[in-house]
Amino acid sequence: MSTETLRTSSRRGRLSPATAVVGPGDARRGRRRTSPASRRERIGLIAAYATAIIAALMFATPLVYAFFSALKPSNEVLLAPPQLIGSEVRWQNFAEVFAYAPFTTYILNSFIVSIAGVLVVLFVSATAGYAFGRLRWPGRDVVFVLFLGTLMVPQEVLVIPMFVVMQWFGWVDSYPSLILPWAFTAFGTFLMRQFFRGIPYELEEAARVDGAGPVRTFAQVILPLAGSALAVLAVFTFMNYWNSYLWPLITVNDYSSLGTLPIGLASFATQTGTRWDLQMAASIISMIPTTILVIALQKHLVTGIATSGMGGR
Amino acid sequence: MITESSIAPRPAGRRRASHLQRMERRHALGFISPAVIGLSVFTVLPVGLAVVMSLFDWPIFGSREFVGLGNYVELLTSSPDFWPALRNSIVFTALYVPINLLLALGLALLLGPRITGRAIFRVLFFIPVVTPIVANALVWKLLLQPDGLLNGLSTTWFGITLPNFLVDQNWAMIAVVVMSVWAGLGYNMLVLTAALEQLPTSVVEAAQIDGARGWRMLSRVTIPLISPSIFFAAVMTFISSLQVFAQPQLLTGGGPGTSTIPLVMFIYNTGFKFQDLGLAAAGAWILFVIIIGMTALQFRAQKRWVHYEH
Repeated sequence: MSTETLRTSSRRGRLSPATAVVGPGDARRGRRRTSPASRRERIGLIAAYATAIIAALMFATPLVYAFFSALKPSNEVLLAPPQLIGSEVRWQNFAEVFAYAPFTTYILNSFIVSIAGVLVVLFVSATAGYAFGRLRWPGRDVVFVLFLGTLMVPQEVLVIPMFVVMQWFGWVDSYPSLILPWAFTAFGTFLMRQFFRGIPYELEEAARVDGAGPVRTFAQVILPLAGSALAVLAVFTFMNYWNSYLWPLITVNDYSSLGTLPIGLASFATQTGTRWDLQMAASIISMIPTTILVIALQKHLVTGIATSGMGGR
Repeated sequence: MITESSIAPRPAGRRRASHLQRMERRHALGFISPAVIGLSVFTVLPVGLAVVMSLFDWPIFGSREFVGLGNYVELLTSSPDFWPALRNSIVFTALYVPINLLLALGLALLLGPRITGRAIFRVLFFIPVVTPIVANALVWKLLLQPDGLLNGLSTTWFGITLPNFLVDQNWAMIAVVVMSVWAGLGYNMLVLTAALEQLPTSVVEAAQIDGARGWRMLSRVTIPLISPSIFFAAVMTFISSLQVFAQPQLLTGGGPGTSTIPLVMFIYNTGFKFQDLGLAAAGAWILFVIIIGMTALQFRAQKRWVHYEH
């Protein structure tokens, strides 16, 4: 057997790692395991695991350190030599955060803004995506290119004039100013259009023959098929709103009623100065919702990125 | 995907079709109008306004005065912070983009099918992408304090006192870059993982049979095959790194001096700290021109190294 076929066969064995280590074929292939090629493979695999684990440990250190710092008495956070656990474990730090600043309001506002933002984005993107992807009307392709053109303008160019627009509308310090300015991105429309174009036309034709107009076809035939695309769009939109920092910083002055989590957390950090215990507790709290979202969606992470066209294909 | 021509023919009589067509146009108008109205009010109007504002002395409150190109001239010739901010943005981008892409590619290759539990690793590396950047920055601010974990471990284990990263002229920008890479590389890792999982097995197997392995396999087969995704990731990362704001603002406050103020922070400070919205708008346009220009350059350069299979 040539080294090459040996390579391929041991590659196949690797697909289920259990067999690669003590698989049923091992006894039969006992002699070959010591051959240089397969030995190099196994060393490579061990090295890969070691690298992955070391990288993961280094990567997780800041988060783990933040979590344990959140549980320490405040005067023990910055101690040399560093300790993982302080003289007492203060779970009450997490509760104290809420006494120091209106974090309940921040969290509530972040949820209100993010969920409302998702709903507006889904509605606007689905309807416009349908018009671009499934309906025929004069000038469609020109308008679509203009839509895509707006994607070139970065948020940083828009925030300055957007603030003046908010002044004109009297929307400074309001929910609409936190939700609407960024809800009409052409990205969602583009995503939905691409998805809608992939749905077989016969499905729609059948509904039309039954006498359904575009509105009914859209609501009863097209939309139910678009669940996965809508979900991808919803998740990305939610995270964008949840983590948005620059715009709320500009448009919100009254933190106690309209502060969102990121700007609330930033001002909390300035106010509390060296209360690192509380700052870490607040940081951990603000990380929880999106972290849960990602863990819940872990199976779809890669496909979500690939199908949303964000994988560059 | 259905092409234009396969949608086009419809089995219907001429008169009926034209009636249907008119109905379809009316409905299209209805479906498209929320997006058109929204984009007009919240993108087209602000873009136009940004042009106008950049030509005015435009305070947040009070009267405006037309100054022509005065704001642009002021930025390029007399504003003390503009050129340092531009330089900082360039330094940040030059460090952040390659480090981010190399590490993301390394992780994507490492966490391939042969690693069991790779999904858990991927989730871990992706978490900082989705957690609020403010929280990430605060965590790193604590980590990098003189008595923080990094320096603490270094003094205890090796007896070496590290510099005070966040206020050190030479280290502050590096600290901002490291923290940003930590927070951002998970996204590119997933983009490249998605590309690697879509690799055509036939090509890969053919290359293996031809004896390609290791570095040759990577440089001659794998990387050319996923080069469209690497290009996409590079362009997106490049654009986002010119837009960096929250990390330096929270970690260093732009300091020491002006050494970590990037362009967006300069624009924010000009507009909302010094309340000079006209000058800020002019700065934003210069940023826009830089982004568009550099992106166009990358698209021109892609012919040299991006391999499309069409």
